[in-house]
Amino acid sequence: MIPSTPIPIPPASDTYYSLAFLLLLLAPLAIAGLALVNNGLGRSRSAAQAILGNLVIISVAVIAFALFGAAIAGNPVGTPGGAGHAFHAAGQSWNWIGSGSFLFSNFGSIPISAELALMFEMLGVAFAAIIPWGSGADRWRLAAGCVASAVIAGVVCPLIMHWVWGGGWLAGLGQNFSLGAGFIDPGGAATVQVVGGLSALALIWLLGPRAGKYPRVGISTAMPGHNAVYVLFGCLFCMVGWVAWNAAGAILWMNAPLAALPVVAVNTVLSAASALGATLAVTRYRFGKPDASLCANGWLAGLVTSSACAAVATPLQSIFAGAVAGIITPLLVELLELALSIDDPSGAIAAHASAGLWGLLAVGFFAPKSGQLLAQLVGIATLLGIVLPAVYLIFKLINRVIPFRVDPDGERMGMDLHELGGGAYPEFVIHRDESYR
Amino acid sequence: MKYAGLLVMPAGFFLTVAALVLFPAPAPRAAFVLCGLAVEILGLVVAVRGHMPARGDSRP
Repeated sequence: MIPSTPIPIPPASDTYYSLAFLLLLLAPLAIAGLALVNNGLGRSRSAAQAILGNLVIISVAVIAFALFGAAIAGNPVGTPGGAGHAFHAAGQSWNWIGSGSFLFSNFGSIPISAELALMFEMLGVAFAAIIPWGSGADRWRLAAGCVASAVIAGVVCPLIMHWVWGGGWLAGLGQNFSLGAGFIDPGGAATVQVVGGLSALALIWLLGPRAGKYPRVGISTAMPGHNAVYVLFGCLFCMVGWVAWNAAGAILWMNAPLAALPVVAVNTVLSAASALGATLAVTRYRFGKPDASLCANGWLAGLVTSSACAAVATPLQSIFAGAVAGIITPLLVELLELALSIDDPSGAIAAHASAGLWGLLAVGFFAPKSGQLLAQLVGIATLLGIVLPAVYLIFKLINRVIPFRVDPDGERMGMDLHELGGGAYPEFVIHRDESYR
Repeated sequence: MKYAGLLVMPAGFFLTVAALVLFPAPAPRAAFVLCGLAVEILGLVVAVRGHMPARGDSRP
């Protein structure tokens, strides 16, 4: 629960920060899990390019963050470089960009809390950058993906991270406008998941659907992922990483005491479990049998929701929040694919953007402080009103220089052969497009 | 259509921020923040409709 008085900052003991560091060593498992999910939901003829793309995009993202993203994100309030740049308007100070150092030049000389915060943010931008990669599966060129990930990780994510975690204007909504405790996002639901999910939507708009997805007559073509085992095993990886992620976020951004961390871990697992149960029930009701890939998306949606809620909700509230996410996700996937012709192979828009927005809204409902719901709504309005149009515009400009979409021959051949010259499964028969119908 | 929708979305955001500054009282502030969100959702709907491909566009 969000306390009515500010949480006292625990003593900066070695044990406290050692724990945060250990949790951050486990957190990349969530990224690895998502990479597996992205890979499994794509087609076999693009599998090698997809998994290599995950690695390359993570590499580009962390380098872009180290070079200039960390300066934009800034350091936590109270540490060197933690003040940020602000302008004054309407009698208020609007802290809009961080004042950290470029090229990670002061890393090692700042307090351990600031170092861990930057480490968390660096993993966060890598996470956000690979979310759109799954949505562009089977048609997004690797070179274009690298440039796009550099922009997401170097500019977009760090700016939102500064607003939310670095003492920016969204974090200051409580102090400046008496809106609860300001915008709350301890696990990166907004800064990582929603930014990644909305970037996926912008990307899909620019890329268009995969060839043959929407034929002239009849409903859309079902293009199932090539490996359900990867997808579901990736979900298990994600759970381990997400528990560590949310616990580390609670320590770094909420100053959570050690006694609160087991609750965060339990809430994370409960949220994912209830979301999976809800998705399983919905798909069983809708299609007669549970759908494995939609259940994986439901599980991820529960984890994404927990990023917002786990550090501030009770276990019962986490079950509720996860269940709602698990109901929304399969219905939204269906709506996007069938009604709106949005071809999202990995379901990132539903599992990351929509579930993240729901989690952020749920925090407002669960919080005891008055004004918290309004603070969360302002944060959601910022994500929808600024991030989506800005990312779309940036992607559109990049697309003019480096075309996002592979040429039709390359798409027909498969991204593995076209971009890498060899397939992921050379001894397997690769299906042609006609086999889907 | 697609660009109109994407332009409407930041307008909704600025309406939300303006509500914070212009209305100190909770009720009108909440009402205007909700209006800002409604404008954003309207813009999103327009953008989604504008980006819907015509049937057969993706046929190989």
